Amino acid sequence: MAKGVKPRIKVPKQATAGEAINIKTLISHKMETGLRKDADGKKIPRQIINRFTCDFNGQNVVDVQLEAAISVNPYFQFDAVIDKSGEFKFAWYDDDGSVYEKTKKITVS
Amino acid sequence: MSKLNRRNLLAISGGVATSLFIPVGAFASKGEEAITAFTNGQGVRKSGITLTSPEIAENGNTVPISVEAPGAVSIIILAMKNPTPDVAKFNFGPLAANQKASTRIRLRGTQDVVAVAKLADGSFVQDTKVIKVTIGGCGG
Repeated sequence: MAKGVKPRIKVPKQATAGEAINIKTLISHKMETGLRKDADGKKIPRQIINRFTCDFNGQNVVDVQLEAAISVNPYFQFDAVIDKSGEFKFAWYDDDGSVYEKTKKITVS
Repeated sequence: MSKLNRRNLLAISGGVATSLFIPVGAFASKGEEAITAFTNGQGVRKSGITLTSPEIAENGNTVPISVEAPGAVSIIILAMKNPTPDVAKFNFGPLAANQKASTRIRLRGTQDVVAVAKLADGSFVQDTKVIKVTIGGCGG
């Protein structure tokens, strides 16, 4: 597991059914491209987040495949539409095999 | 042809003669190959997709972009002159309110950024934007 990885998510606590909810996510991650070299001229191995998913109550909202050209601290913004209260589940998949997960509850009135 | 990267292309041209003309344009770039792989060689329309990006990005390490393609199943983003042109692929699920997403990308230099979307009916749409980059973002 890489050091200093911290997911941050912005989801409204409440929403009305059928309304588009704006979701912002950011995870602190170095996103090492595998192209850079260290002081000795050796290539630094690639380590990036290669996949990001957002699901709500088991149904998919967005599934993103990331490549090395995504900036440090990958940021995503997108809209979801839901009709009942529940839980958003966010997952980031690291090249080293670790998965960083976080959930956010939302109440629909 | 896939073995023909820039390094051995330079080696070949240096080895033969510097005045020899190498028709680089005759080979499809890696970015164009990636588009063909995504669309399966189908034609693309130039409408129905919007790629929003700054005209000039001062720092190629983090360039904010946004893409929207109503009715898209998935959208790929390509930076045509990056060492690896692929940037990201967005797949939209049933709960996506719209087919719109924003992120931040790295660009090696001034280049075309291409977004290609696959629509629900199986057709493809494409948008291209030139982004001028003052400082490249690939650690080279």
